[in-house]
Amino acid sequence: MSVVATPKGRRRGWLLAACLVWVGVLLLVPLIGIVITALEPGVHVVTETVRAPDVIHALELTAVITVISVVVTALFGVVVAWVLVRQRFWGRALLNATVDLPFALSPVTVGLAALVLFGPGGWLAPFFESRGIQIIFALPSMILVTVFICVPFTIREVVPVLEEIGLDEEDASRTLGASVWQTFFRVTLPNIRWALAYGVALTTARAIGEIGAVLIVSGLLQGKTETATLFIFRAYEERQIPAADVVALLLAAVSVTLLVVIEFLRHRQERERSRT
Amino acid sequence: MSTPIVVEGLTKRFGSFRAVTDVTFTAPAGAITALLGPSGSGKSTVLRMIAGLEEPTAGRIVMGDEELTVKSVQERRVGFVFQHYALFRHMTVADNVGFGLRVRKEDKAVREARVRELLELVHLEPFADRYPEQLSGGQRQRVALARALAPAPKVLLLDEPFGALDAKVRQDLRRWLDELHRELGVTSLLVTHDQEEALELANQIVVMHEGRVEQVGSPGEIYDQPATPFVAGFVGAANVLHGEVVGGQIHLGSIRIPGAAHLDEGAAAAAFVRPHDVRVTSGNGDVAAVVERVASLGWLSRVSLKLPGGETLVAHVPNDDLHGVGEGDTIQVDLRNPKAFLAPESTTERADVPAGA
Repeated sequence: MSVVATPKGRRRGWLLAACLVWVGVLLLVPLIGIVITALEPGVHVVTETVRAPDVIHALELTAVITVISVVVTALFGVVVAWVLVRQRFWGRALLNATVDLPFALSPVTVGLAALVLFGPGGWLAPFFESRGIQIIFALPSMILVTVFICVPFTIREVVPVLEEIGLDEEDASRTLGASVWQTFFRVTLPNIRWALAYGVALTTARAIGEIGAVLIVSGLLQGKTETATLFIFRAYEERQIPAADVVALLLAAVSVTLLVVIEFLRHRQERERSRT
Repeated sequence: MSTPIVVEGLTKRFGSFRAVTDVTFTAPAGAITALLGPSGSGKSTVLRMIAGLEEPTAGRIVMGDEELTVKSVQERRVGFVFQHYALFRHMTVADNVGFGLRVRKEDKAVREARVRELLELVHLEPFADRYPEQLSGGQRQRVALARALAPAPKVLLLDEPFGALDAKVRQDLRRWLDELHRELGVTSLLVTHDQEEALELANQIVVMHEGRVEQVGSPGEIYDQPATPFVAGFVGAANVLHGEVVGGQIHLGSIRIPGAAHLDEGAAAAAFVRPHDVRVTSGNGDVAAVVERVASLGWLSRVSLKLPGGETLVAHVPNDDLHGVGEGDTIQVDLRNPKAFLAPESTTERADVPAGA
């Protein structure tokens, strides 16, 4: 290639090589490591692991938490995004900034905050205890912290698209006799669908991988409040390295699949945005 | 199916900003009424209030015998055409046009027939399955018009419909809209800042300025009998000459301009003279002026004249009347049909006459 021959081209060549090494060593090598260590003992370890009741339960729990978190954050995310873009009100800037709070906070902090509220002697604990509802060390608190951490993803994807689309199409829909709901489902939603899907994909990846906050609120009850990431965490502690590796590989596979889906969606979204 | 629209005392404030103040006019049934004014004059806000897209601070809107003010956008049954088309980008042309019937739960067969009928009307049948992004600006605006007309609205509201198009397409579409309107006869309100567009298309013009109505009248009245200095300056090009009222005339150095009998003696006055009302005469004219520049506009010329007092006067003179007059020559001109007003400060802005009036 002629570009590499020029000094400028050579510099660019070095830069490219540096980037590849950086990404390769930092991101891909660990992944390859997991694949090799998980598959090394043989396929029977994989089949045994995925049949273990603890593992099945952990995967199911992760799935439940993820699905609920995704549905809740997507639903409220669209509403918040719509309000942020379409309405002018006092405190809008504050709301806009608050939405990003989970990006800035360490998940461990989020977990501790949940403990303060719902934990033994927590502010809201008496209220729920008197009604026999178990929040902390149970599914509700795990969903709660996961939702908290996932709040910004949908909103941050949908807001710019709503801003770009503007009000004209919604106004047109209403002058044509559509109700507010018809306008939302027939005009607004189709226009933001790829941004929303992208937000959902990011939320899913984040919810599956969450450990910090969940670790604190779960109480680490094996077979009860143990998610997939918590299982890996415990399995390593207890020297069940092969089982930990297999579940880690499983999570990695899901993440990589999601990554591919996300890339695909981003392409669709960019194509959609480029047409006006 | 045509219905008049009556607007009474319509007012809109955004916070402390008065966008529209006490606007009153009637758009006659079956006619095109143009809301004409510079940007920021509140004309679009009036249109959006009629559609229900903005809520008036005060005033009422009546369509036929229906009080519109209390109705939601959805119930008003108005057709609205936006400057930037506002087509639904994820729907085909046919789905766009059929949208209004679809949300009103119209029968599918009826809807399809109506969509075909309208696409035929706007000459876009072959484009039924295309998406808006695959159409040109002019085609998109025709789709938007077909979409607005599909649910058979009682009135059609057009918000700068040609504003985003280039000059040639704008001309074609304007002529086409005129024909379409003659065919359909639906009461229409057209918002525009283009006086040519308003004069050509409208049966009635409402001139707006800073949120208020300056004048309501036929295109002829607006052009020939402007009620305010603003209208005189905004509709059609005009020279503005400032002087003093003496005995029913405006005195400006040695120049005497008639038509100021209604103004107080001694008042500062402004006379508006249209470029085509500056006539070259062979005998003694109202004033002798020095030709500064002659620019050809085809069959006529735009002649810049310097008056004895130093003011510049722009004249549009048919080439035949110029008789080879060149720059530096002194010619005699008459000032016909001057419109005299008390001189407000703001009218001086328009002293520079744009070409092509």
